[in-house]
Amino acid sequence: MRRYSVFAIAREAMRGHKGWDEQWSSPEPRPEYDVIIVGAGGHGLATAYYLAKNHGITNIAVLEKGWLGGGNTGRNTTIIRSNYLYDESAGIYDHAVKLWDGLSQDLNYNVMYSPRGVMMLAHNVHDVQVLKRHVHANRLNGIDNEWMTPEQAKAFCPPLNIAKDARYPVVGATLQRRGGTARHDAVAWGYARAASARGVHIIQNCEVTGVKRAANGAVMGVDTTRGFIGAKKVGVVAAGHSSVIMQMADVRMPLESYPLQALVSEPVKPIFPCVVMSNTVHAYISQSDKGELVIGAGTDQYISYSQTGGLHILTHTLDAICEMFPMFTRMKMLRSWGGIVDVTPDRSPILAKTPVPGLYVNCGWGTGGFKATPGSGHVFAHTIAHDEPHKINAGYTLERFRTGRLIDEAAAAAVAH
Amino acid sequence: MLLIRCPYCEEERPELEFRNAGEAHVARSPAIAGISDADFEAFFFIRSNPKGVIHERWRHIHGCGRFFNAQRDSVTDKFFKTYKAGEKKPPLPKAATAPVASADVRPAEPSGEPPRRRTTPKGDA
Repeated sequence: MRRYSVFAIAREAMRGHKGWDEQWSSPEPRPEYDVIIVGAGGHGLATAYYLAKNHGITNIAVLEKGWLGGGNTGRNTTIIRSNYLYDESAGIYDHAVKLWDGLSQDLNYNVMYSPRGVMMLAHNVHDVQVLKRHVHANRLNGIDNEWMTPEQAKAFCPPLNIAKDARYPVVGATLQRRGGTARHDAVAWGYARAASARGVHIIQNCEVTGVKRAANGAVMGVDTTRGFIGAKKVGVVAAGHSSVIMQMADVRMPLESYPLQALVSEPVKPIFPCVVMSNTVHAYISQSDKGELVIGAGTDQYISYSQTGGLHILTHTLDAICEMFPMFTRMKMLRSWGGIVDVTPDRSPILAKTPVPGLYVNCGWGTGGFKATPGSGHVFAHTIAHDEPHKINAGYTLERFRTGRLIDEAAAAAVAH
Repeated sequence: MLLIRCPYCEEERPELEFRNAGEAHVARSPAIAGISDADFEAFFFIRSNPKGVIHERWRHIHGCGRFFNAQRDSVTDKFFKTYKAGEKKPPLPKAATAPVASADVRPAEPSGEPPRRRTTPKGDA
């Protein structure tokens, strides 16, 4: 891999940009690998990268049925934060935030991590109580999060309407200053390039159609649209399709897959300095470096793999955006799309070994997995390499739905689940 | 937005009148306090989540208020059939997307399953 630097740009500028390499190679699959990762999204590619970098395992294939980063990695609203309530959540999401800081240097790829601050709005007494509880829980876990008055919130984000007679009056807010955004495509591409440079095979347009198991139940490899590929360890990182893949290994999952939508406006000059989330009225908004307002909507109420969703879900979110930011009422929306998110009963992910020897699963990130990409890949690589979880993901087992040791962000998170 | 036919009102109405109520034909044990942790997990948390033909419960919350079941394709979102609560699961439609993960290993439903409360995830960013 030729390193990217200012000197490389200057050199290539002198010779007509003819010397740039492909960012990752597209090799033919080998008959057998040490580890197969199913799914070349951010989490899967990060897993392969950290397996190669931290654990010395480079004989890895990342299989992707479509194109790299074309699932939820390329469809989310790129928000990064770690102000979750429970200790387990604080552990993994803040692990990720620490890795985001410095990821561009680590990968030699600009992922455009921008800690511009994530502000969450309170509109009623209940919100105030819940969000203040989060501030205190976060601070006990060493995570920055602070309480703001409406006037402080307005000063931090001038487009916000804090009028007392607003339909959704702002009565307070929390701010995590280390929260922010990153360029989602660059995260997938950066991990792919860095993993490929360490010898990882990234095989696109290769759909897994079956999981082969030996007589003792252990994993032997996977059937794919490009033939059988052997491996003693298989990591499933297939987001909305995780339960489909796990079913191939006869593991029934506590997952349901829903469409989640997002949309962007026409690009405008810099107007929106941070990320604002309101769980009560359900609106998430930030501005990309391209200038588009990036707006996250909710999930549809029914299970679907359609990668689309109902228009009423989008208009519901836009109603709220227009009420809170009246200056955006005449903005035109350019594009909307959907991704399929896999949701667990307690809204916390599953990052664990499975009842099948050699089969590992990283799923259930639901509606908010992008922020965890580096941390998730880092601890999942550890789980696969050592056949036991890292202490950060020790609680994210599949068995917790049997034992009752839930990580119940569903009821408690800083999001309105 | 889906158009859903309520089998009680015998009318096709917009999705906004309905509330999805999760997987259908999940039998609750009549002796729920006595079942094992594994059985409770299978009843309460494990879901088929099929890519293909799905059987699900809906409630006509802004209409007649009654629960009913539907058979739908989870890839195209097309409904094959809606039918009243307590009726048997209809046979799989021929034109459906191949049910990849819909191998349904659940026992037959008892008549008149009690409604369960259910929350829909809203979405986070």
